[in-house]
Amino acid sequence: MATIRIPTPLRPYTGNNGQVTVNGGTVGSALADLTDQYPDLRPHLFEGDTLRSFVNVYLNQEDVRHLQGPQTAVAADDTLMIIPSIAGG
Amino acid sequence: MLSPVYQPVYRPKSITARPQTQAQRLEELIGNTPLLDLSHTAVAHGLSPRVALFAKAEWFNPGGSVKDRAALNIIRTAEKDGSLHPGMTLIDSTSGNTGIAYAMLGAARGYRVKLVVPQNISPERLAILRAYGAELIFTDPLDGSDGALEEARRLAAADPTLFYARQYDNPANWRAHYLTTANEIWQQTDGTITHFVAGMGTSGTFMGTMRRLKELNPAILGHAVQPDSPFNGLEGLKHMPTAIKPGIYDESLADDVRTVRTEDAYKMARFLARHEGVFVGISAAAAVWAATAVGQKLEAGTIVTILPDSGLKYLSERFWSE
Repeated sequence: MATIRIPTPLRPYTGNNGQVTVNGGTVGSALADLTDQYPDLRPHLFEGDTLRSFVNVYLNQEDVRHLQGPQTAVAADDTLMIIPSIAGG
Repeated sequence: MLSPVYQPVYRPKSITARPQTQAQRLEELIGNTPLLDLSHTAVAHGLSPRVALFAKAEWFNPGGSVKDRAALNIIRTAEKDGSLHPGMTLIDSTSGNTGIAYAMLGAARGYRVKLVVPQNISPERLAILRAYGAELIFTDPLDGSDGALEEARRLAAADPTLFYARQYDNPANWRAHYLTTANEIWQQTDGTITHFVAGMGTSGTFMGTMRRLKELNPAILGHAVQPDSPFNGLEGLKHMPTAIKPGIYDESLADDVRTVRTEDAYKMARFLARHEGVFVGISAAAAVWAATAVGQKLEAGTIVTILPDSGLKYLSERFWSE
């Protein structure tokens, strides 16, 4: 089971958990499992079935868009991170 | 025909008096930005012909953003009250633009500048900050700008020799806009402004401008703009209900709060570039989107909004090609 690290702004939707353990062999299925566990997260991350364009997902420090996107393989000891944009001045 | 011979002008070896020229110091170029007429945008978004839509083009500031105003006033105020003097190091947390302004002014005035930024700062901002010679301290990207703010507070408390600029809590931030931005808008619209629309990051632009505009005409309405969700792509804007509230933020100054969805701001950024010839950043596009929403409800009026920066620092974003 891989781990997804949750950014501070999304923690209100994960019961304040900073990391969540998920099932799934790919980035897409791992994110689907995350939003199955926490359905309130879904509208913040997805537009229909597509990841919203500003949502950046990193697999072990690498942007998955530079890998195989949602099809990128995820191993049990991998860590995914959802990175927020930068607010303020 | 022979080409004319270049005749060098011989100057005396020592010049005792500075020549009278039109040269200016960098900081004299801050403020007095142009007011753009966004009439194509107004028409295309269904605003009445009796509603004017104008916007301050803040990328005309020498550091490329509205933040030059706040940074300059923060530095000048601290120099006057003695908390900042030559040889000191300025520290603050930033999402980029205020940091660029500090770095530029620090270089010009002889201060070292230390900035705490989330590690996912955009490559464009990072390159600019490094070019100005700022020292950067990175914080966990998952903690966003609040994580950088907490780290700046911690570092400043641990080292009293630093000057902590505190852009989120420093009244000199909003006072910059009280003293300059609001009066420029008043003069540039000949006192006809009826609605002011601006995004909130530190909230300094909105607070200072609205405070002064309300003094000039209490009937002017202020519309504050913020993201619709704590997780968004509107870089520079803060989701006030969930973020660490800036000390300078006073929600009573907003007659109305408009929320903007990231995708709507992206769409407006593309529209402005392609149909108005105005190439702006994401928070500027969000402000214009909110301004058109305000305008759609009006029969007549003069709306002014703020375009904090140009699109140059967002060229690596994917949405330009969507």
